[in-house]
This record gives sequence, structure tokens and C-alpha cells, in this order.
Amino acid sequence: MGTSSETATADVASFGGLQARSSAGLNATSRISVRNLNFYYGTNKALKGINLEVPDRQVTGMIGPSGCGKSTLLRVLNRMYSLYPGQRAEGQVLMDGRNILDADVDLNELRSKVGMVFQKPTPFPMTIYDNIAFGIRLHERLSKAEMDERIEWALTRAAIWTEVKDRLHASALGLSGGQQQRLCIARTIAVRPEVILLDEPTSALDPISTLKIEELIDELKRDFTICIVTHNMQQAARCADQVAFFYLGELVEVAPAAQMFTAPKERRTQEYITGRFG
Amino acid sequence: MPSDKPADHIVRSYDEQLRRLREMVARMGGLAERQVHDSTSALVRRDAAMAAEVIARDAQLDQLEREIESFAIRILALRQPMASDLRFIVAAMKVSHDLERIGDYARNGAKRSVVLAQQPVLGSLNGFQRMSLMVQENLKLAIDALVNDDAEAAERVWASDEPIDDVYNGIFREMLTHMMEDPRNITSATHMLFIAKNLERIGDHATNIAETVHYAVRGDSLPEDRPKADASAYAVVRPPE
Repeated sequence: MGTSSETATADVASFGGLQARSSAGLNATSRISVRNLNFYYGTNKALKGINLEVPDRQVTGMIGPSGCGKSTLLRVLNRMYSLYPGQRAEGQVLMDGRNILDADVDLNELRSKVGMVFQKPTPFPMTIYDNIAFGIRLHERLSKAEMDERIEWALTRAAIWTEVKDRLHASALGLSGGQQQRLCIARTIAVRPEVILLDEPTSALDPISTLKIEELIDELKRDFTICIVTHNMQQAARCADQVAFFYLGELVEVAPAAQMFTAPKERRTQEYITGRFG
Repeated sequence: MPSDKPADHIVRSYDEQLRRLREMVARMGGLAERQVHDSTSALVRRDAAMAAEVIARDAQLDQLEREIESFAIRILALRQPMASDLRFIVAAMKVSHDLERIGDYARNGAKRSVVLAQQPVLGSLNGFQRMSLMVQENLKLAIDALVNDDAEAAERVWASDEPIDDVYNGIFREMLTHMMEDPRNITSATHMLFIAKNLERIGDHATNIAETVHYAVRGDSLPEDRPKADASAYAVVRPPE
């Protein structure tokens, strides 16, 4: 493993400066610190010496071509990969001063702190009400009144309450795709996480539903730290405060969104976002 | 620097549109240059017919500006450009605006030349010719810098406006002197002052273009305080004793 650790050190050296600047530019404390992270699918190294600060209550956008490692990084942030044998991470992902990669981390607790929403809406085949209540019941014991209140709060924050309040006990599968995605976001925030991970949350949605989700992201970042993986560059430009560009498992550049899309520093970033790659 | 040339876009028609936009700005730059040249020639040769041509040709510059603007807006809408592409397209719009203003100044100079051709000759026109050549040179270099994505060339243009200001200051003093010597010179001298001022403004627009090109290529701005030497605002000429 001599070579990989050398690469990792080189990466730290070359990206450390940029990150310090971008984080300073955003004036925020770090909610998650990724330090020298390597990730393997079996023997295949998918992330190479990643260093990234995820600022508190800001939106961090992750962009890059398919297979660049951005979704992998997202899956590391809530230890999703632990579900699969043969996948492992090295390095540190610090949250509240703890390395969440440690073996003794309580994964249920971690995933209640770091919620995730996927590309395709994943409502459970149950009522709208129960979709939200399901996750809460795993972590907390609430009275009926408290539960009702929490569910209204979550649905309201996810900007779907007015659309579903009269049919809370109807099946969630009857909702439109955009509504289902907002329901999934409501389900995620219902357990009051600190961080929300969004993995291409709008790629299966129509333009209007997409705008509603984007509006929602803008609203949610007041209370939550958000990481969004997106293939839509304009979406990253609109939603994100800081943007990280990944390529072939490396973090090439991280910068405030405004700079990233008008004057990126790295040539590879430039070529990717202007559509010259490949 | 050919190694710095960006790769082609995945979508070929996008490259073609950007190339076409670049050509339109280059064509407009060439036309603006010609207007400046002919406007000065009309003055120096006292050629009212040539001046009339300059005045008539200005409509072409206005038309080109409109074409560049609407084409750029179309690319913005269709491609949602980013980074260097975005900067270039915005630069093309800004530069076309500068060129349109340059055309206006050239036309204004031509109009004044028509009047001047009917007045007695006042002094030497060498200063005008010199100033005009310098301005044309800077304009040409600035447009070439845009066409070639050459930030260093843009920077050189940006820093070389001072000699133009120096000639302008000389003309300003000379014209004041003519007016003081004989009030009958005032009509001609005033027109000539305006022509000199027009040339000086054209030089400023050339440096604007250079600044825009620098931003388009590099993504950062040149410092705010450009070297300037227009001191005519402070010039005082005492009447002859």
C-alpha cells in the first residue's frame, strides 16, 4: 500500500490550500471533516485521499462524471457501505469530534443524524402518515399527539403538508413522483438529523417538481447541513454554497459555487463544467 | 500558447456557435478600426465625401452590435454556458458595446470634419494623425487579443494608453492657444478639440476591451487604477502678453 499512501499525502498537500481558502470564504464552521479518505470496492480504489470540509448549515454540491466517486463519498458519510461486504473505508470522517468510520459507531444513531434521500423516490408501501412515523418510531417513543405534531412539522418543512394533509391515511404510492420525493425528504427530516445527503434527488423528476425540491433545499439549509450529488451543473450552481469536483476518485477542486462556475482554477474542472470532457 | 487551448466541446455545434460569435466580434472590430482610420483621413485630407461615407457606414456597426447581442443571448439560453465559455460570451457582448461607442465617436469626428473642411486650415494635424494611429493600433491589438484568447496582449494594451493621453494633452493646449490668439479660430478649434477628445475616448474604449478580454481569458480582473495621463482638466494657458 506504499504507493497509495504516497498519493494520498500528495493530494493532501495540493488540495489543503484550496480547501482552507474555500472554507474561509464561506465563513462557516465545519460540520463534517473528511480527512485523507480512501475507499475500496474490493480491490478497486474508488476514493483517493479525499480531504473535504463540509460547512455547517450550507449546501455542499458534489459534481463529476459517472464513476468519479461522488456518490461513494455520500455513501461513506452515513456508512451506507457497511451494508455490503468487501467495501471498506480508510482515513477519517469527523463529525462532532468523532471518527464515524470507527468500528464501534452505532450505525442506527449515525443514520438518524445523517439522513439520506435517493435518486428515485423510495416511499414505503404504507400510508403517508406511517411513512413518516416509521423512522421516528425507530428512534423515539412519542405520544399520539406528539407524533401528530412531529409529522405535521416534517411534512410542512418538506413543503408538502398542504398537498397531503387531507389524505394522511391514504397510500403514499398514490402521490406523484415529485410529491413522493418531498415525502422522502419529510421522512428524512422527521428524525431531526443534522446532515441531509441528497443523491441526485431530482434526476427522476419533472422541471416543476425539480424547482420545488430546489426551493426546499434553500429553505432546509437554514437548519440542516446538506450534501447534494447532482449531474445537473446548473442545479449545483443554483443550490450549492460550495462545490466539489471529483474525477477518477480524486477531489480535483473545491470552491465557492460562484467561483466554481465562473472561474474555476483547475483545467479539469474547467473542461468538465464547460462540456469539453471525454 | 497552443498547449493552453481548451479541448473541443462534446457538442460540436456549440463550438461552431462560439466560433461564429468570435468571428462576428472580429468583423465588428475590423469595421470599427476602419471607421476610426477613415474618420481621421477625412479630417486630414479635408475630404467631405469620405466623411459622409464614415457617417453612413456607422449603421453597419449598430447592426452588428444588435446581431452579436441577440446571438449571444441565444447561446446563453440554449447552452447555459459555464466558466470560460460564459466569460467569453459575456465579453463578446461587452466588447460589441464598446465597439459601437467607438463607431459613434468616429462618426461624430467625421461630422465635424465636414464643417472643418469649409474652414481655413488651423495649425498642423500631425498630432491627430499620430493619436489616431496609436488608437487604431491599440484597438487592433485588443481585438486580436480577444480573438486569440491572449491575456498578456490584453494587458499590454491596457497599460499603453498613456502616450495617447499625452498627445491629447498637447492638442488641448495647442487649441486653447489658437483660440486665444484669434477668436475667429474658435469654431474650428472647438471642433478639433472635440475630435481629439473623441480619439482619446476611443483609446479608453480600447483599454476597456482589453480589460474585458483579460477577464474572459483569466477569470480575474485587472487592477482598478489603470495608468492615465489625461491632464487636460488641469491645463491652464495664459493669454499672450
